[in-house]
Amino acid sequence: MSAVSRREWLLSDAPQTRRQARLGAIYQGWLTFRGNKLAMLGLIILVLLIAMAIFAPLLAPQSPYAQNLADRLQPPSSAHWLGTDALGRDILSRLIHGSRITLFIVGTVALIAPVIGLFIGTVAGFAGGWVDQVLMRITDIFLAFPKLILALAFVAALGPSIGNAVLALALTAWPPYARLARAETLTIRNADFIAAARLQGAGRLRLLIRHIWPLCVSSLIVRVALDMAGIILSAAGLGFLGLGAQPPLPEWGAMISDGRTYILDYWWVAAMPGIAIFTVSMAFNLLGDGLRDVLDPKGDKS
Amino acid sequence: MTDTTGAGGTPPGDDRPDPSARRALRRRRARSVAGTFISLALTLLGLLLVTFIIGRVMPIDPVLKVVGDRATQAQYDAAYQAMGLDQPLIVQFLRYIGDVLTGDFGRSISTGQPVAQDIARVFPATVELAVLGTLVGVLIGVPLGVMAAAQRGGIFDQVARVVALVGYSMPIFWLGLMGLLIFYGNLGWVGGPGRQGIIYDGMVPSVTGLILVDSLLAGDWAAFRDAFSHIVLPASLLGYYSLAYISRMTRSFMLEQLSAEYIITARVKGLSESAVIWRHAFRNISIPLVTVIALSFGSLLEGSVLTEIIFSWPGLGSYITRALLSGDMNAVLGGTVVIGVCFVVLNLLSDILYRILDPRSK
Repeated sequence: MSAVSRREWLLSDAPQTRRQARLGAIYQGWLTFRGNKLAMLGLIILVLLIAMAIFAPLLAPQSPYAQNLADRLQPPSSAHWLGTDALGRDILSRLIHGSRITLFIVGTVALIAPVIGLFIGTVAGFAGGWVDQVLMRITDIFLAFPKLILALAFVAALGPSIGNAVLALALTAWPPYARLARAETLTIRNADFIAAARLQGAGRLRLLIRHIWPLCVSSLIVRVALDMAGIILSAAGLGFLGLGAQPPLPEWGAMISDGRTYILDYWWVAAMPGIAIFTVSMAFNLLGDGLRDVLDPKGDKS
Repeated sequence: MTDTTGAGGTPPGDDRPDPSARRALRRRRARSVAGTFISLALTLLGLLLVTFIIGRVMPIDPVLKVVGDRATQAQYDAAYQAMGLDQPLIVQFLRYIGDVLTGDFGRSISTGQPVAQDIARVFPATVELAVLGTLVGVLIGVPLGVMAAAQRGGIFDQVARVVALVGYSMPIFWLGLMGLLIFYGNLGWVGGPGRQGIIYDGMVPSVTGLILVDSLLAGDWAAFRDAFSHIVLPASLLGYYSLAYISRMTRSFMLEQLSAEYIITARVKGLSESAVIWRHAFRNISIPLVTVIALSFGSLLEGSVLTEIIFSWPGLGSYITRALLSGDMNAVLGGTVVIGVCFVVLNLLSDILYRILDPRSK
């Protein structure tokens, strides 16, 4: 099959199979997305970030932990492209290895929080009555709490570590997803196809899992993509406060905190990880905007 | 997020109200007010439950923190009982609620003072910062958002977009560090970390706790200028984040209004563009804007945690963080409750303001 005919096959008005229709829809979404240059830029940055995380040991010029006190606080040079920190560790190598930690935190939070939210929101919307009341009241309580403060309190109680930081971020991030999932559920709960499925004898659990969840997913994905940047910033904030990844792990927020003491004389120690955080969270923001245009065309495009 | 109460309330019809309808209206409004307060009480109760649970699950033994690790078993048991830890959880929770309602958050282990007293001391510094930050955000963000909507795709629109994108992507503590490096370290335009220079420390009698106000009250211009040079950087930093949010919301509110039919009517009547924008469209968005500003003020109270650390600002944020790192749980939870309550009350206030200001909800 030549390229042209494959394109025609994908864009066909009369798809022959369900698979063709589905692939065609994805392809059209991709075409819209590709038209958005900024979103493509975001995607490229993120692909590079993931590649960097995978090949970190190959890419990093030195070990992220190798100390060399003779070379401490060196400015950026040809030997150390981004300079060295207070223990003489190569900042570039630490940044490259740190991308793994960043991706781990963001990925885990972005998996846990929407799943909790999806579960609570759809159950509340589908069950209605007092279940809805109770679940939504709990959601409101968590929404009323300032997020960062709540995460701080959680980490304080559980003890600072990277796992607890993830847990705290996920526990504070789910309420908006629950609200969203509930709203979606309410609009489809009384749809004809649900009634049809019910008449065919589908139980509540099956209705929920097979018929309601799939329809909530696309709006959740958009929301997750838009929230990623916020998660990165919160995680970096926790790391900066010393409540996330513990030394000597090269977490970007903690690296900024390391450089804070030397900021006036050795600016690069704190500046470089900040640039890394900024680049990545900006990429997520750009990608999220692009995804919203594709997956949620009725949403506002401002 | 504004609609925590869920009480939208159906707007009553505009037909001439006869007495019985008016009574029904009043009853409905009374019920909606009561509903708002019940939901407020429930939210606050839930907030306390969450902090109570957090206080319970922590691995640090609160008794050991008080008696020290060389206490005998008898001393330990006595302290254990004195702290009420032998009671059932529900009794402990009720006692906790009673304590908080009477303003008793326990004693801070690191400062040795009652937590409530500590918070009363540090809170004005945070409020001062958040108020000034909101001021910056409103004074720049609102006009920027209006201009961006008025000339869609124009230069202001581009500026607003970049401002928002950077605001949503930049770690605030990093921006603060870079600001210190450039404006304090290199240029020397602003004061360094802290709230005052050392020589002015304690020179101004504390009346309101807000140094800018206190130094003005004392008529001490040098102290005022010193305090201003210290607050200007952290406040504009917070202001930038609030600006990013406020300008974006203003823009989308304005776009909505500008596409309405009454705007076309106004233009057809031959009104000038500025009259259309400011006298017609802007007046209609001023009400939702109040809500946005209240919310952004609340988030600045929270966002000040990291900023305060960077600028060694002696506010609630640094108090909580310091307490956190030394395992001083009473102080952490007390601070959390205070900020949480501020959040909830701000939400409620913006809800009430909305109802008062919007004639349609009457």
